[in-house]
Parts: sequence; C-alpha cells; structure tokens
Amino acid sequence: MAIPKGTIVEPGSSKKNKTGSWRTERPVFKHDTCTDCRICVLICPDGIIFGSDHVYDADFDYCKGCGMCATECPVDDIDMVPEVK
Amino acid sequence: MAEQAVKKKKKTKPPVTESLLAPGHRACAGCGEALGAKLVMDAAGPNTYVTTCTGCLEVFSTPYPESAWKMPWIHSLFENSSAVAAGIEAALIAQGRDKDVNIIAQGGDGGTADIGIGCLSGMLERGHNILYVCYDNEAYMNTGVQRSGLTPFDARTSTTPVGKRSMGNQTNKKNLPEIAAAHGIPYSATATVGYPNDVIRKVQKALKIKGPKFLQIHVPCPLGWIHPTDQTIEVAKLAVLTGLIPIFEMEDGKLTRVRKIGKNRKPVEEYLKAQGRFRHLFKGTPEAEAELEKVRQIAEANIEKYGLA
Ligand SMILES: Cc1ncc(C[n+]2csc(CCOP(=O)(O)OP(=O)(O)O)c2C)c(N)n1
Ligand code: SF4
Ligand code: SF4
Ligand SMILES: [Mg+2]
Repeated sequence: MAIPKGTIVEPGSSKKNKTGSWRTERPVFKHDTCTDCRICVLICPDGIIFGSDHVYDADFDYCKGCGMCATECPVDDIDMVPEVK
Repeated sequence: MAEQAVKKKKKTKPPVTESLLAPGHRACAGCGEALGAKLVMDAAGPNTYVTTCTGCLEVFSTPYPESAWKMPWIHSLFENSSAVAAGIEAALIAQGRDKDVNIIAQGGDGGTADIGIGCLSGMLERGHNILYVCYDNEAYMNTGVQRSGLTPFDARTSTTPVGKRSMGNQTNKKNLPEIAAAHGIPYSATATVGYPNDVIRKVQKALKIKGPKFLQIHVPCPLGWIHPTDQTIEVAKLAVLTGLIPIFEMEDGKLTRVRKIGKNRKPVEEYLKAQGRFRHLFKGTPEAEAELEKVRQIAEANIEKYGLA
C-alpha cells in the first residue's frame, strides 16, 4: 500500500469504496410524474442521485438503499424494490 | 409526446454534479449526520478549510488511507476541533492567505457540548472568524450510543438504560446555542436536516458574517434512535413540529428569527412513537403516562419561550 507523505490522502478518495454492495433494496426511478423538484438530489445522504430535466437516477455503485428518496419524493415517482440475484 | 418534451425542456435544470463530500463513505444507510455534512459542505463551497473531531463523521468519512472530503480537512482530537480551527486561522493570517476562504470547525454533540465545550468557548471568546457546526444526533453514536449533554429527556441510551427503575435519560438537553450566544458572538442558530434548504441558508448567512459563528444541526441517527432508514427526514420534521426541537437564530445575543409551527403542530407522541429509543413511554402504565406528560411540558415550554405558536 503506497501511502503519500505524512498522513495526507487524496481528496474524495473514498470513491474507491463501492458502498452499493450494502443494498438490500433499490430505488427505481420511474421517470413518469417527476416535477424536477430535486428533493431526492438534495436529501440523499450519500449525494449519489444525478440527472437533469426530469430524469434522475441513483449511482448504484454507491447507493446504500436507505429509501429516503422514495419516501420524500412528493409525487411518488420512486419505488423501492428488493434486490434479487 | 413531442409537444410534451418541448414543454418539459423549458424547465431544464443543469445536470447535478458531485457533492464536496464524496460518496463511498461508511455512514450507515439513511444517516442524518452524513446528510447534514453534505449540505454544509456544498453550501460553503470548495474554498473552505475544515476540522472535524473524533466521532461518526470523522470515522465514516476517513478510513485511512481514504478521504471523502474534497477540500482541505483535518482530524483533530475529540475535544479540540475549535482550537485546531483557530490555529488554521492564525496560520492563514500569518501567510496572508485568509481572504475569501471559509474555516469550518465540526463536531458531534458529545465532542461539542461535553468534552469540547472548553475549546469551543475559547474559540468563541477570542473572536476567531470561524463557523462551528455541531451535528446533534443526541448521543455518542460512534462508541455505541452513550448519553451526552444533548441527549433528550427520557431517551434510552446504553448509559441511560430502561428498566423497572429507569425511564431513560433524566436530564434535559443542554441549551448549547444559547450558551454560545452568551459569549456575545454575532451569530448562533439551530437547524435540522428535516428542512435542508434552511441549513444551506444558515451556513451561507453565517459565512458572510465576520467573527465566531455557531450552528447546531439536528441530525437523526437511524441506528441510535432506532427508526427505519427511510424515515430520517420525517423524524427530523416531527422533532420540530412537536416543539421539542426549536429552530431559531440569535444575532448579537438576541433572538431574531424562529421557525413557527402554528397550525402544523403535532402531538409529541407522533415524534416519540416513530423511534425505538422512546418505546418504553408507550407501555400504557401510569409511570409511562407520567413521563409522557413531562415530555409534553418540555414541548409546551419551548413553544412559549421561543414564540413558536
Ligand atoms: C479523549 C477521547 N475520549 C474518548 C474518545 C472515544 N470516542 C470516540 S468518538 C466518541 C463519541 C463521539 O460522539 P459525538 O461527539 O456525539 O459524535 P457522533 O459519533 O455521535 O457523531 C468517543 C467517546 C476519544 N476518541 N477521545
Ligand atoms: S423527488 Fe421525485 S419529483 Fe422530485 S426530482 Fe426526485 S424523482 Fe423528481
Ligand atoms: S451510527 Fe448514526 S450517526 Fe453514526 S454513521 Fe450510523 S446513522 Fe450516522
Ligand atoms: Mg453524537
């Protein structure tokens, strides 16, 4: 493991850790009634909902499946569905 | 269909870009503290130096050798986030690099209200140009939910267990924002992740003010409070709407703005029932009912004191 001088590490390097493997449920963005309010983007604790123009999606490399976006979407355009292999 | 697409196009917003608190951090799913920190960082912008004392926020964001922070960030000891930030300010002034930068010191409720209160008081007293942000999840979460000075009345924690002789924590939340304000600082406020736009507004307002600023953000912890991970925002809003967590701003020691509850007021039971840490209050026994009444009185007193009605 190469460690930079001292204990200084690279900014944003937590991205190496793909937390998506924690998920037991995934948000399905239905892209149906979305009003572009961006509440899902604002309240995602992991900051992994991206998109524009009424089309938003979670980055499943990192989404932990908390379900906050689905609960807070004012127009019910996000469903939580169980992850199945 | 084509018409609809054109109509939608009018409202197009720019694509969402990555937050200054990068993903991959190890906060529990639905962590209110992670959301709070994300909001604060994105409100402050990249020209910001950040200190964070020991606690969940530090541990989940920087498992060595990784960091979720995309700005200069340092881990202090548990008790001295504010003192380290004061040192950063002194260094920047000495180098002539203190213009157009923000300095934010951060800590949990334990790190701020208990062990770090001496360093915080010094930082406020000496007049440093720093914003201190306390993430209040109402216990020492990172070490297993021990009670802190900001744990609410009757909450079950691992050091205030519930049983035949105990109804949980028997003290009230220490009024840290007012203690901060009593130092004569220009800005001291509370906020909650339940109202994220208010967090952003308060961070940006505070950073425009020169001198020491204090902001306490109420951040639900699904693990310690025992609620489903999708309920973080709902629980945070109920804390406010029941009157148990007053949201206010104090400028130069005076109360200048409050978030009114008005007709949206909810019974305290709605907030308490949503969390496992208050489950013992709903046994239906006379003792439990007596405790519920005490919690109702706390809400009533807040509503009266801060004029929330
Ligand atoms: C001097 C010292 N005492 C105790 C600890 C152990 N410790 C690490 S984190 C922590 C609890 C942090 O609680 P809080 O500040 O509320 O932050 P949270 O984890 O809840 O976000 C404790 C007791 C320590 N790191 N240093
Ligand atoms: S919360 Fe719902 S309506 Fe708002 S942007 Fe997200 S998907 Fe669209
Ligand atoms: S224990 Fe609580 S504060 Fe700590 S990471 Fe988990 S949800 Fe967040
Ligand atoms: Mg805490």
